[in-house]
Amino acid sequence: MAARAVAVSGGRGQAVSRMAAALAGAGVIALTLVPVAAVLFRAGGWGQLGPGDWQALRFTLLQATLSAAFSVLLAIPVARALARRRFPGRGLLVALLGAPFILPVIVAVLGLIAVFGRSGLLNSGLEALGLPPMTIYGLHGVVIAHVFFNLPLATRLLLQGWLSLPAERFRLAASLGLTPWAMIRVLEWPMIRRIAPGAFAVIFVICLSSFAVALTLGGGPRATTVELAIYQAVRFDFDLGRAALLSVIQLGLAAVAGLVALRLGGEQGFGVGLDRRIDRWDGRTPAARAIDLVWIVAVALFLMMPLATVVWRGLPGLAALGAGTWEAAWHSVTVALGSTAICLLWALPLASRRGEVLGLAGIALSPLVLGTGLFLVLRPVVNPLSLALPVTALINALVALPFALRILRPEAEAIRADYSRLRQALGLTPLAWFRLVLLPRLRRPLGFAAGLTAALSMGDLGVIALFADPDRATLPLQVYRLMGAYRMEAAGGAALLLLGLSFAAFWMFDRGGRVNAEA
Amino acid sequence: MKRIMTLAAGCLAATTALAQEEVLTVYAGDYVASEWGPGPKIEEMFEARCDCDLQFKPGELLPRLLLEGERTEADIVFGLNTDVTKRARESGLFAPHGQDLSPLTLPVEWDDEVFLPFDYSHTAFVYDSTRLDNPPESFEALLEAPDDLSIVIQDPRSSISGLALVLWVQAVYGDEAEMAWERLAPKILTVTKGWSESYGLFTDGEADMVLSYTTSPAYHAIAEGDETKKAAIFPEGHYFLVELAAKVAGTDQPELADDFLAFILSEDFQKMIATGNWSIPSALPRDQWPEGFRDLRLPEEVLFYSEEEAAARKDEAIGAWRRALSR
Repeated sequence: MAARAVAVSGGRGQAVSRMAAALAGAGVIALTLVPVAAVLFRAGGWGQLGPGDWQALRFTLLQATLSAAFSVLLAIPVARALARRRFPGRGLLVALLGAPFILPVIVAVLGLIAVFGRSGLLNSGLEALGLPPMTIYGLHGVVIAHVFFNLPLATRLLLQGWLSLPAERFRLAASLGLTPWAMIRVLEWPMIRRIAPGAFAVIFVICLSSFAVALTLGGGPRATTVELAIYQAVRFDFDLGRAALLSVIQLGLAAVAGLVALRLGGEQGFGVGLDRRIDRWDGRTPAARAIDLVWIVAVALFLMMPLATVVWRGLPGLAALGAGTWEAAWHSVTVALGSTAICLLWALPLASRRGEVLGLAGIALSPLVLGTGLFLVLRPVVNPLSLALPVTALINALVALPFALRILRPEAEAIRADYSRLRQALGLTPLAWFRLVLLPRLRRPLGFAAGLTAALSMGDLGVIALFADPDRATLPLQVYRLMGAYRMEAAGGAALLLLGLSFAAFWMFDRGGRVNAEA
Repeated sequence: MKRIMTLAAGCLAATTALAQEEVLTVYAGDYVASEWGPGPKIEEMFEARCDCDLQFKPGELLPRLLLEGERTEADIVFGLNTDVTKRARESGLFAPHGQDLSPLTLPVEWDDEVFLPFDYSHTAFVYDSTRLDNPPESFEALLEAPDDLSIVIQDPRSSISGLALVLWVQAVYGDEAEMAWERLAPKILTVTKGWSESYGLFTDGEADMVLSYTTSPAYHAIAEGDETKKAAIFPEGHYFLVELAAKVAGTDQPELADDFLAFILSEDFQKMIATGNWSIPSALPRDQWPEGFRDLRLPEEVLFYSEEEAAARKDEAIGAWRRALSR
């Protein structure tokens, strides 16, 4: 805290960054609250909650809490195993961890069901062994699917935490002869406490607005979420007042989650290291090796099998891709690059505690309400259809912002705390500080954030439903169109292309950030 | 240099010509304008006869139109379903179509002055005859079927076919709809947001039957040469689904819009729409349907609620579904 207090009095540089933060924050608030206000204004007031809404609210909270808790809890041993093991293919595995997160929902659901479904691989295996089949449909199925999407994200966030521990600390711990348990308590637990609540919050919030996944794997109306009620209100009943009310409830829940995470998260940095690669003296016992191996294999199987079915089913469809699909792929790449640039410019000044809570608004607001509100705001000024791609890029950047912030903030803050004395002593200009201190040290998280944003915006449908441009479809839209026209095989091919492009974008940025970093 | 000048002049002339050409703006469902939908063919055929530029604007239909109100640029709305006609009519945004309805060949009476049908189908459970040996032959048999028969359906709160299903059950079972749903519940593998997810689960082999349309087998037969996909036809009747076009009252192209509505009932359009949209043409005798459609098994009994009746029963029908499946 003392370091922070010093930093705040840092003169011109601080004024510049505070102004940038204020501008970026105002942008988030404007992009979320103005659309809600527009919808509310149009509706002429708040609507009423319907008969099933309380049940939907309860189920939404329950599934989001369980999904986020399991994602983060399971990520801890996985990230730890990845942090202290070196093995061939590790880099690829770490990169592939980004893949589930970026699949279009419909594709991921079909992939999961191909593995865990009634006639999926798992049940075929159980049957071969003479065991009774298991069903995926139910609350546990919803949680499994959400863990499939989010465990990789939680793992990467924690892995980054582990890699941010100064190597000197481990060396010191080893030379002091700390037991593995003492090592966890002294070194690793404080880091987990710093990272995990924020990871929980961001996953909780993204699961709040789950709809198609929850319904399909939940097995029916028991698994109704608030987002489904919003969809029904906007698309079927045209009850905008009710949609506005429900989306504000959703925003409120997200805000609570963000504030709780903020309290729990703490903010202590770890002191400055020499940016060395970590060598671990613990974990060399056979038992530790075995445990790490089990975790790594289990998570690799869990994540890779559904992806493998997506690839396997998509291959025959690749030949059936028409010119329209390739064009859509090009639009998606453009949108993704645009979103990435916007998102990083947005995230850098906002990488602080308050900024992170604010950023959650982007994923907490129902995309339908956001789209409808933007449509209402833009409509009197321009033809919204002509803005389809720019609006999509902007919305995707907004949606990716909380993830970018979660990735950037812990390290950005640590850097600010650890190096502020240096900054003061040398009287660094804002530009020099940014170029010489912040950027080189943030390279790894920046690469990861850029990769995730690019991949996310390649896969996200966002608000395109109201802003569909007849001549400029994006690839996810194309997948839905193909399926809607019975062309399941071609849709599989387009989904594989989407997976490939998203993954390539993710890998390039992420790898770029990890050059020489051995991570 | 001279060539560039000529080119520039040519471009200028072309843009002026384009600017003078009249534009008919058609709001259509997203699937219509895609390269696999009927949109491109409709555009080509209509432009050949109108000397105008037909532009599809895909996306949400009624929500967008209601948001835009009277300032909408739409001249025609193409692809509305009967679940929204009541609200659409009450908005006052639509004008009478003015067409003679005697060529219609629908299985139900149709005398709507505003909404003009262009194709139809019925709800049906579709199965793969190589995977299901004894498909249920009636709705009652479906409810009686052993619980290991798995079906996927769509949510009536987020999908039109799902809504048609609950109205179907309501029409067949009336006050006992909730009990019917309770009997069906053990066989329902899951409920999906839209038709595509359900159909994907069915073609992946996860479910034995899927809630789809009586016309689905025609796609597999014609486009894939696959005769194994069938719709189970029930003597209790099947719910009628119709797709409609309408003229926007505030259109600045009233004559072109009228021409387009007349075109919808023309033989050219009607012969194209079957394979263009995988539905039955609204104004074409059966013997003129494409081959894969002529051979379809279709229900003898067609169930359909007027929009007033449907509006009155919708909440109750969804409620029965929700209560029975939540247990």
